[in-house]
Amino acid sequence: MSGAGNTSYPHMTATSHGLAPADARNAAREVRRQKLQAFFFVTPLLVFIVFAFVAPITTMLYRSIHNPTVANLIPDTLVALQDWSGQELPDDTVLIQFATDMKRMANERTSGQLADEINRALPGMSSVVKSTARGLRRVDDAEIATNGATLLREANARWADPATWNAIKVAGQAYSSSYYLTSVDLERAADGSIVQRDTQIYVKLYTKTLRMALIITVLTILLGYPLAFYMAHASDSRANFLMIFVLLPFWTSLLVRTTAWIALLQTNGVVNSTLLALGITDQPLELLYTQFSTILAMTHILLPFMVLPLYAVMRGIDQSYMRAAMSMGSKPLGAWYRIYLPMSLPGLSAGALLVFIISVGYYITPALVGGTDGQMISNIIAFHMQQSNNWELAAALGSLLLVLILLLYWLFDRFVGTDNIKLG
Amino acid sequence: MKDLEADIFLRFDDVKKSYDQKHLVVKGFDMDVRDGEFITLLGPSGSGKTTVLMMLAGFESVTSGDISIAGKSINRTAPYKRNIGMVFQNYALFPHMTVAENLAYPLTVRKMPKAQIKEQVAKYLKLVELSEFGERRPGQLSGGQRQRVALARAMIFEPTLILMDEPLGALDKNLREQMQFEITRLHKQLGFTVIYVTHDQTEALSMSSRIAVFNDGVVQQCAPPSELYERPANAFVADFIGENNFVPGKVKSIHGDTAQVETDGGRIVAQKAHGLGEGAACRVSIRPEKLFIHPTTHAHDNALTVRFNTRIYVGDFIRYYFKLPDGTDIIVKVLNDLSAPEFDDGAEAQLLWLASDCIAFPAG
Repeated sequence: MSGAGNTSYPHMTATSHGLAPADARNAAREVRRQKLQAFFFVTPLLVFIVFAFVAPITTMLYRSIHNPTVANLIPDTLVALQDWSGQELPDDTVLIQFATDMKRMANERTSGQLADEINRALPGMSSVVKSTARGLRRVDDAEIATNGATLLREANARWADPATWNAIKVAGQAYSSSYYLTSVDLERAADGSIVQRDTQIYVKLYTKTLRMALIITVLTILLGYPLAFYMAHASDSRANFLMIFVLLPFWTSLLVRTTAWIALLQTNGVVNSTLLALGITDQPLELLYTQFSTILAMTHILLPFMVLPLYAVMRGIDQSYMRAAMSMGSKPLGAWYRIYLPMSLPGLSAGALLVFIISVGYYITPALVGGTDGQMISNIIAFHMQQSNNWELAAALGSLLLVLILLLYWLFDRFVGTDNIKLG
Repeated sequence: MKDLEADIFLRFDDVKKSYDQKHLVVKGFDMDVRDGEFITLLGPSGSGKTTVLMMLAGFESVTSGDISIAGKSINRTAPYKRNIGMVFQNYALFPHMTVAENLAYPLTVRKMPKAQIKEQVAKYLKLVELSEFGERRPGQLSGGQRQRVALARAMIFEPTLILMDEPLGALDKNLREQMQFEITRLHKQLGFTVIYVTHDQTEALSMSSRIAVFNDGVVQQCAPPSELYERPANAFVADFIGENNFVPGKVKSIHGDTAQVETDGGRIVAQKAHGLGEGAACRVSIRPEKLFIHPTTHAHDNALTVRFNTRIYVGDFIRYYFKLPDGTDIIVKVLNDLSAPEFDDGAEAQLLWLASDCIAFPAG
């Protein structure tokens, strides 16, 4: 017998007959037709994705560096400020121009916007801008044109402070990296160098978010892996029965599930009253509105995302692999580690990636049960969009989150490989 | 007697298995296997043969009875301590390891030194003629190559017993024959004991030293292939192994080992099977290749007149379909040579055979 010859079949000899030009044309037409057909199949989704996904994200990315509000409100003042050195008070012409702009804004009722923007750079400026604008509304144009600088300085002492004008000049830039600097707790000093901000919030928040997401991922693995393993090797009827319990959370509203956790964990909730009744504690435990409650509720909510891909992959792993390993002398745990774990890794990484990425950007659960301690980065983003009205900072924070996730995905691809992901 | 006892390597003693606590899947399996034997468990699916194999491997518990190797009971031994090699139907090669790593696995588990492992892997790759393929992954091999890797992996840690669970089930016909040859060669060369499970009787007949025919959790007969084919113990075995014709009749009289049987087509003489009584209904089995069409030069004791139905050209032989007067089909295999006769539709023919080639089994 001749080695590999046993199993090799006679292959067709590779002869290449050239296509006649007419045949080639026909073949090309066929390919074109198929491509066109394929394009029509995906067009609706493509359009939807462009409008619902690509466009919003691009807008967000753009907004995080582009804020034309101040530039649009006081364009002439900003032109006049261009030549100002930034050390001492600007010329009277600049101040007169600004007073003119202020009067116009007071009449257009847009001075509030300017107040908000400047207040972000220099706290306390909001009321200064608003009251000055109110005062200038009644003064006539000729008076402002001659005496505007004095009027401003008299209205409030801060108009005589170069820092105020610096803030206006900075806020007047339509394109700025300041929001990104803020979102990593940095700022630009008066001399243009980058320094730490006084209040350190966002870096800490990002770290906390990542740490919580990691804890949640590990917890879902610890809870989900054994369950998926059991289900994958149980009989069909039992696996389907258990699958209902895994899917049950999906059929209940997210809000209801989170609220249920509130009912369980609150001071006079089920858990505390049970503990008190059993005499395990004599004071109700602080369970709700903590990091603990956020992690607990999110682990519960995200568990199906771990179990489903794991189950799908494990279902495809035949029992015989473990049996083969054991027949060769491997102890069950060793066989699991060297054979089963690598084979179930595609499901594990898919589940872990899914849970991690979802939990990094999770909003509703931390908002409801997190209190101050359990807040995550998405809650701050929402805060800046809804309460502080600082959409640009929200956009910068969101973009940074996106970059962070892409970076993690890249790392994952480096070390585990994305072709190792399997959802079913 | 003492010698015989010492010779027995593997013993099943009244082994029973139930999954649902109500029904037995294996109903009292007894068997003694000598060292170096090639035993095949043959039977239709659901007959309990795979369950026996799984109990032997330790993946299923024994409900009652005892399995012992070299005189020691292994009922309570963990699967990984049994030192039994196993080949699975789907090969169970670890897809994330190369062929060489697959072969090395049982050796690394046994903490063999690296150099020795390398040597051993090379030796067994050579043995299954796959020396060039050590760095490939199982996914890059053909079905036959994977099968050989699986074989080598089951043998490499030199177990005394190798179990094979329908190992050739996934291969096509040509490859299956090659692999049968390969397994027989390795078995002869290395001298291990094999317990082989299959539902393919050709495979069983061509490879085994002995075959245990399973049906409904019971061993119907355990015998060498030729005995199984020539001397089936009951109608199930006669029907299951090879092709058979069954002619219904009534036992007229019994003399020693032969029985006179009255059929619709006339009286015939047949070997008497166990449990046959005078006056009882019976079925006489005759192999299609033991029947001859008149005129013939072959010796014969029995003759039946039949009606020609159809003939099918198979190639190396021709299958003739006749009908007995009561409508029973009867098949005759005739070598495709000049002696193969032609018949008109519905023509009468006479079938001849030897009394020693047919067995009368109790009916039902």
